[in-house]
Amino acid sequence: MPRLSYLKALNRALGDELARDPSVVVLGEDIRVAASNLTAGLLKKYGPERIIDTPLAEQGFTNFATGAALAGLRPVIEFQIPSLLFLVFEQIANQAHKFSLMTGGQARVPVTYVVTGSGSRSGWAGQHSDHPYGLLAHVGVKTLVPATPADAYGLLLSAVRDDDPVVLFAPAGALGVRADVDPTELAAVPIGVGTLRRPGDDVTVVAVGHLVHDALAVAEELADQVSVEVFDPRTLYPFDIDGLLASVGRTGRLVVVDDSNRSCGIGAEIIASVVERVALAAPPRRVTRPDGAVLPFAAALDRAVQPGREQLTAAIQLVMKG
Amino acid sequence: MTSTAAGVDAGPLYRTVRLIRRFEERAIDLVRAGEIVGGIHPYLGQEAIAAGVCAALRPDDLITSTHRGHGHVLAKGADPARMLAELCGRATGLNGGRGGSMHAADFSVGIFGANAIVGAAGSILTGAVWAKRRLGGDQVGATFFGDGAVNEGMLLEGFSLAALWSVPVVFVCENNGYATTMPVAQAVAGTITGRAEAFGIPAVVVDGQDPEAVRDATREAVDAARAGGGPRLLECRTYRFDAHHTFEHDVRLDYRDAAEVAQGRSRDPVEIQGARLDPAQRAAIDAEVEAVLAEAVEFALASPTPDPADALAYLYASGLRPRPGSA
Repeated sequence: MPRLSYLKALNRALGDELARDPSVVVLGEDIRVAASNLTAGLLKKYGPERIIDTPLAEQGFTNFATGAALAGLRPVIEFQIPSLLFLVFEQIANQAHKFSLMTGGQARVPVTYVVTGSGSRSGWAGQHSDHPYGLLAHVGVKTLVPATPADAYGLLLSAVRDDDPVVLFAPAGALGVRADVDPTELAAVPIGVGTLRRPGDDVTVVAVGHLVHDALAVAEELADQVSVEVFDPRTLYPFDIDGLLASVGRTGRLVVVDDSNRSCGIGAEIIASVVERVALAAPPRRVTRPDGAVLPFAAALDRAVQPGREQLTAAIQLVMKG
Repeated sequence: MTSTAAGVDAGPLYRTVRLIRRFEERAIDLVRAGEIVGGIHPYLGQEAIAAGVCAALRPDDLITSTHRGHGHVLAKGADPARMLAELCGRATGLNGGRGGSMHAADFSVGIFGANAIVGAAGSILTGAVWAKRRLGGDQVGATFFGDGAVNEGMLLEGFSLAALWSVPVVFVCENNGYATTMPVAQAVAGTITGRAEAFGIPAVVVDGQDPEAVRDATREAVDAARAGGGPRLLECRTYRFDAHHTFEHDVRLDYRDAAEVAQGRSRDPVEIQGARLDPAQRAAIDAEVEAVLAEAVEFALASPTPDPADALAYLYASGLRPRPGSA
């Protein structure tokens, strides 16, 4: 079976949607040359009318895409730096997201924002290493964080076809993930549906994005001590709370591992959503970046503020004692 | 009689400025009566700009509007009754009561929304017009903004994209002298037309109190833009006759002296255009406008308020229903 990388899966999804739907256009910085590889080969196939390099005017071209969507196109914007979402937060949260309600349903804004290489990329330091998916989920923008190549393909397909704005985070830590994939089985993955990556009996670990792979590794390491179930939400908003409750209802214990800041983070939301519905056998735990974290440059410092396998192991062990 | 070439259009333009004037006066009454909550940003004094610009547009051309947007929405052809119902938060309003004064939209007549964030709509409209052309249309767009918006970077990014990609947009700056209370002279380094010219966008200053001057300048800009000449900017010099917002009717803000206000009000677009009509024609239009607005007020106040159970209807075009705020 052919090996498919996560990044190639995104590239294939984008190409397939461009081929299927002439209203799809791609906008972004340095996308003609495919600086991130997301758009590799697309200029040659679809031309500069649909693969559009923009000046460094993120606020302008994000609103431009909203306008184009209002008029009937389906723009996809690539942001190669996650912190650019801070710069265009107004344009996404306060403009694109609000048009449908504010116009009483007259308007729809089908724009997809792909953040290629979100989170730490090792050595890119404070202003290029954030993971602001919780902010988008908080304001109610559909927020996807696929962990595997098949999900990267399938969720990007669903994002482009969705009639609302959707942000897809492609964590830097997942871009290199490869998997054996039967190309004929690649298909749209529904937004808002999580999946069990590993069945277990004792504790449910919710892992976001690239951390799914760390959670699976930790689960294997601990296999002789504790039976860990790994739940991959795939979509942070809307969140598949029913899918998670089914898991936690069986295990009775919960740990969330999430590569974003702690206060008001998605980990807090996931835990709150569970504990207001079910009684757990032990207090839940979350493993996150520290409060207000700014990723420092030096490699050891960068790693020190990201959630890792050791912390996840410790959290699982704590929950099992409780 | 108005039998001159200019006079042919004098009646319709007069009707539009008169409609906007009387609509705003009725709306202010409804704010005072508590029927419109949240207040409004009155367009009084600036009517010539909306009327003149929209008179030069086709029904399928696009506009975006501002927080001070009632005039644009009416001039582009929205139903005054449904507009007033929107201001009153009624289910029959243009936006089903979900938008209000600052977000009125009617996509069926090319109104891609009033926008309450200063400077935001310019790049949105640029994208919309670009898309219409991509889809085979030959529409142009006009995006209204005030003098305050020319200090917003995102508007200037819109200038840049429109010029680079030759998008047929007319950027209409309504320079009424103040960004809320901040005078232009203290807020705008350089000039408004100079900003456009820096991007290679031809720009002209227009008498924003004269509906025909605005219409003629817009026609020229629209014709050039539609023919492939890229964007244009009009700086329409005007004066806001009333408050920035109706809250000023209760809280007096001291930033314009009486002499300046009197001077500003001395060039009234309704009078300027009205003088071009014969008195009988003018009286007939006035009576017709009063009848339309009386009916609009009646319609708005008789309309039902939206059902609170549907407060977040339309939040997602895809139909996703959000979790309620309490279990």
